[in-house]
Amino acid sequence: MNEERELIRVEGVSFQYHSVPVLLEVTFSIAQGDFLAILGPNGSGKTTLIKLILGLLRPTRGRLLLMGKPIEEFKAWSKIGYVPQKSTHVDLLYPGTAKEVVAMALPPSRRRPGQGKKEEEMAIHSALEQVGMLDYRDWPIGRLSGGQQQRVFIARAIVNKPEMLFLDEPTAGVDAATQALFYEMLHQLNAERRVTIVLVTHDIGIVNKHVTKVACLNQKLVFHGSHQDFCRSEAFKTMLASGHLVAHSH
Amino acid sequence: MDTFFAYGFFQRALLAGLLVAIASAVLGLFLVLRRDAMIGHGLAHVTFGGVALGLFLNILPLGAALAVAVLASLAIMKLKEKAGLHGDTAIGIFSSAGMAVGIALASLAGRFNADLMSYLFGDILAIDMREVALSCGLAPVVVFVLLANYRRLMFLTFDREAARAAGVRTARLDILLAVLTSVTVVLGMKVVGILLVTALLVIPAGSALLLASSFRQALILSFLVASLSVVLGLIAAFSLDLPASATVVLTSFIIFGVFYLGRRRRLS
Repeated sequence: MNEERELIRVEGVSFQYHSVPVLLEVTFSIAQGDFLAILGPNGSGKTTLIKLILGLLRPTRGRLLLMGKPIEEFKAWSKIGYVPQKSTHVDLLYPGTAKEVVAMALPPSRRRPGQGKKEEEMAIHSALEQVGMLDYRDWPIGRLSGGQQQRVFIARAIVNKPEMLFLDEPTAGVDAATQALFYEMLHQLNAERRVTIVLVTHDIGIVNKHVTKVACLNQKLVFHGSHQDFCRSEAFKTMLASGHLVAHSH
Repeated sequence: MDTFFAYGFFQRALLAGLLVAIASAVLGLFLVLRRDAMIGHGLAHVTFGGVALGLFLNILPLGAALAVAVLASLAIMKLKEKAGLHGDTAIGIFSSAGMAVGIALASLAGRFNADLMSYLFGDILAIDMREVALSCGLAPVVVFVLLANYRRLMFLTFDREAARAAGVRTARLDILLAVLTSVTVVLGMKVVGILLVTALLVIPAGSALLLASSFRQALILSFLVASLSVVLGLIAAFSLDLPASATVVLTSFIIFGVFYLGRRRRLS
């Protein structure tokens, strides 16, 4: 079996917020092609871990390597797409269209006016098409439903054809039918384009259907391994018993 | 109508007014969208201290105001970041201090109250060539810098966290916006005065947001509202013998009212 390229390495990472420990000595890695779910009770440090990996927070201790480079030296952020938690709170008066929201993530053009415009248009077109939002490209983002907005945010996250996609509870507040389509789309990105996906979720239905690996947090890393091993683990039983996992039909 | 444009002072006022209004309209859209509109108001008060300092030291008041406003905008940002204060609190602290410095210097000098009044209430029809040159030099730079960073600024105003994760240097853009706001406020002082300069930043952008259905449209509408306000406002000032600062702002307010009715009609 081929060993996959390691994209992220988290080494002994701890994080404190105003002297309150949030993460303690977390060590694990994410390989290319993984579809990893980060699970854990509320306040277990899931979002903090993602923010540390994305450089939005600095660890109190430990170090992070992104594509082999220490995070302080990492520059290729366009290879990483991110859909933050609760990004669906869009002001109704915000004038940006779906197309303009996707275009935000494109690198700033250092070209003469008109040059490269066609390539940009194609990238936006392709990203919106992949999430099934092409027909809504000229709609102001504030007038789309929560599920549609979320798809546009995914399009924004994949417009640069990233190698990795981070999603923090991306379907909170989205109806079940849209969720099913949404996770099918993530599955396709992972299976067909080999996009590595890291997903924070509470939904065991998604974990069972799409995820290949699981990292379970409760300040410390209490489990990291394959989905099959997770289902047999003590961590799984504990989470299920304490009601930290929910099951939606997808 | 020809008679207005035949006067040199009217031509200077129109040129400077239009340039400043366009810079304000573009900048204002980003400020309004990131709910930072009142920074213009705060910095305008700070510039009062700067103008008084300039008059006190007998140097170009607009130059002194510019330096003070840029320093104050950076200090406001630092105070927010380091002391964890809310933006409006930091703005309130510096704007009060700026006004207090202005009042103290005016009292100490006891001779330039009339000049200070022209900055408080604006006096664009009396704008001199040096001030026109300053507007012609700086306002296009403000617009160019904003448009050159258009996409990143749009990302910053829409989703700061996602923008940071995408490698956008949000702290640098914050500084850039603060400096550009200082420059625009100082240029706007002569057009509508310290007390009304926020109107140039907020009303065109606010009007545009009522009807725009894309970011690009919002920029164009904001630009049109600002330009129309200056042209019609100056004509009204000249025809009715009213202060130009008041007529420019009232014109933009009337346009805002029309846009508001237009939005209500569209929604109904």
